[in-house]
Amino acid sequence: MLEIKNLHVKLEDDEKVILKGLNLTVETGKVHAIMGPNGSGKSTLSYVLSGRDGYEVTDGSATLDGVELLEMEPEERAAAGLFLAFQYPVEIPGVGNMTFLRTAVNAQRKARGEEEMSAGEFLKVVREKAKSLKIDAEMMKRPVNVGFSGGEKKRNEILQMAMLEPKMCILDETDSGLDVDAMKLVAEGVNALRNEGRSFLVITHYQRLLDHIKPDVVHIMADGRIVKTGGPELALEVENNGYADILAEVL
Amino acid sequence: MSALEEIEVRDGVDRETIETVQAMAGKYKHGWETDIEMEYAPKGLSEDIVRLISEKNGEPEWMLEWRLAAYRRWLQMEEPRWAMLNYPEIDYQDQYYYAKPKSMAAKPKSLDEVDPKLLATYEKLGIPLKEQMLLAGVEGSDEPRRVAVDAVFDSVSVGTTFKEELKKAGVIFCSISEAIKEHPELVKKYLGSVVPQSDNFFATLNSAVFSDGSFVYIPEGTRCPMELSTYFRINAENTGQFERTLIIADKGAYVSYLEGCTAPKRDTHQLHAAVVEIVILDDAEVKYSTVQNWYPGDEEGKGGIYNFVTKRADCRGARSKVMWTQVETGSAITWKYPSCILRGDDSQGEFYSIAIANNAQQADTGTKMIHLGKNTKSRIVSKGISAGRAQNTYRGLVTMHPKATNSRNYTQCDSLLIGDKCGAHTVPYIEVKNNSSRVEHEATTSKVDDDQLFYCRSRGMDEEEAVALVVNGFCKEVLQALPMEFAMEAQSLVAISLEGSVG
Repeated sequence: MLEIKNLHVKLEDDEKVILKGLNLTVETGKVHAIMGPNGSGKSTLSYVLSGRDGYEVTDGSATLDGVELLEMEPEERAAAGLFLAFQYPVEIPGVGNMTFLRTAVNAQRKARGEEEMSAGEFLKVVREKAKSLKIDAEMMKRPVNVGFSGGEKKRNEILQMAMLEPKMCILDETDSGLDVDAMKLVAEGVNALRNEGRSFLVITHYQRLLDHIKPDVVHIMADGRIVKTGGPELALEVENNGYADILAEVL
Repeated sequence: MSALEEIEVRDGVDRETIETVQAMAGKYKHGWETDIEMEYAPKGLSEDIVRLISEKNGEPEWMLEWRLAAYRRWLQMEEPRWAMLNYPEIDYQDQYYYAKPKSMAAKPKSLDEVDPKLLATYEKLGIPLKEQMLLAGVEGSDEPRRVAVDAVFDSVSVGTTFKEELKKAGVIFCSISEAIKEHPELVKKYLGSVVPQSDNFFATLNSAVFSDGSFVYIPEGTRCPMELSTYFRINAENTGQFERTLIIADKGAYVSYLEGCTAPKRDTHQLHAAVVEIVILDDAEVKYSTVQNWYPGDEEGKGGIYNFVTKRADCRGARSKVMWTQVETGSAITWKYPSCILRGDDSQGEFYSIAIANNAQQADTGTKMIHLGKNTKSRIVSKGISAGRAQNTYRGLVTMHPKATNSRNYTQCDSLLIGDKCGAHTVPYIEVKNNSSRVEHEATTSKVDDDQLFYCRSRGMDEEEAVALVVNGFCKEVLQALPMEFAMEAQSLVAISLEGSVG
């Protein structure tokens, strides 16, 4: 369970305050969606939770199953079960996708005091999971995200998620830059990973992704706070009427 | 597609990154010293010292004369100062030029007779001196790989493995001091024929005082049945190491040769001035790989090896080939330009280099491709990595002589910066004296990107592992050019050399 309480965040080298007392609870096994207009602080929330530099937490807490995330290094958060699917996955020239993935899997296992995965076992599992995401062997040999299409990059993020088996997955605008077919494929990948022990926080501008990844709860974020919470119907309301009405109502 | 354009992609290099990166621990791993009684020549350099070294090696008169000629020439020469290196004056009289373990006074007939302390030294370094031992880290190969080793400790060769088996194939692999006595006709014919005595200040010094090194002769039409290697260890304090390596690949021969170097941590700088000469006749091919890991000095720049090395291959025969691959991670100062003289028509030279400079290290390294023959080809791939306050310079010369018609060179020179206090410099010299040849030069400079590091860390890698992964990716083309066991050692070295460079 992810619990965010009264989270206040500003930019490190700027006085600009982005999150202004955000409260959010994502229960284990649930899928929550966050929607909101540009500049509401959605991406900042995902970066702050995963530990990116450049932000300063001035107040509040964020715990995963009772463990405080905000004091940990990014790699410790990953080992604790947090995963961020990037809006813009990063290219790493010269590093094979397979190497990257295996290094990550074993780094996390090591951090948790588990045995590392052997090369044979890893290969078997990764092939299986890649197949269901329509990622071919050739793509696994290429350098991480280098020359990947938008769809390939996002599928690759989902493959990493599948291999790392996190407890809490944050999808930061995973639908951006995808055509309908690519989005469906990614959504199928995500749906296949849904289970009782895994929670999702799906950050998106548009309702269309939520047609494919059905959320349990939908939050509307504006000006650094969750301003409205409801069921899947809330997303449809945004789709039909835009944010203006909701914001006028709450602000 | 010519062989020049093809680089074999090996999965193993990739797969093993993880293990090697994770296996790294501590900083400079080979900084310990062997406590052993040494015999030194008196400090300083003079004709007497040159005579003494020659006498210690039991050399014939012609060799002594050759050394003395070099010494007299050296006295007239000045130390070169054109490199982008900043170091205090070297006092050539404040060094020992000869240091030999006392137990080596009578040359051991076989490795069984070698002082156990010396054998233990190499064992600790992971160098197999017993023939049944194999180099560690060779996984997944179908048959065990064997590597013959010549182990050089300070001024002397401790022993050479697999000599008998190599002899059956007609291959001569021994210390150069032995070759001078046993194979004078070959040594006389080829020594100094690639790097003349008067070539440069450091090569001339080496010609006068070299104490040992390796000698290789591969006869006509022979593919050397195993990889050959020389492992250099500097142990004694205030002692320079001046080794000389001579490799001759006769017509149609092939050999892959590896060279490794380490030294203990010392507060004072130590001088290393080696010469490597390679002669390659018609249709022969030599691959020469170096992992240079001399002690780099501490974070403040105290101590470390001054590495002034002259390496040159002469592709004397038609269709001959040479490939230099170097991973330079150690030394306080590196001054080194492994070069190819492409004399034979259709000969090819390749140079793959990774040079890492961290903390106060300075590296000025590159290559020379001298195209003399027709249809000659060369390829240069240089990856320079700078961290800390280090300065890293690529200096390269590509020259196409009037007769080198239809020749080609491709140079790719990439620099990677870690942090904002280091520097990378690229100094390419290009001379083209005919109209049919083509020279291409590409250069890039980049920084290790915070986004890349965060991406790796968000997947669970710690910061140093993330840097090692990104840097290994940057070096990949060169790592792939290395023989397997060296590639792995090189990957972990890349990681170790950059420890503490971020954060």
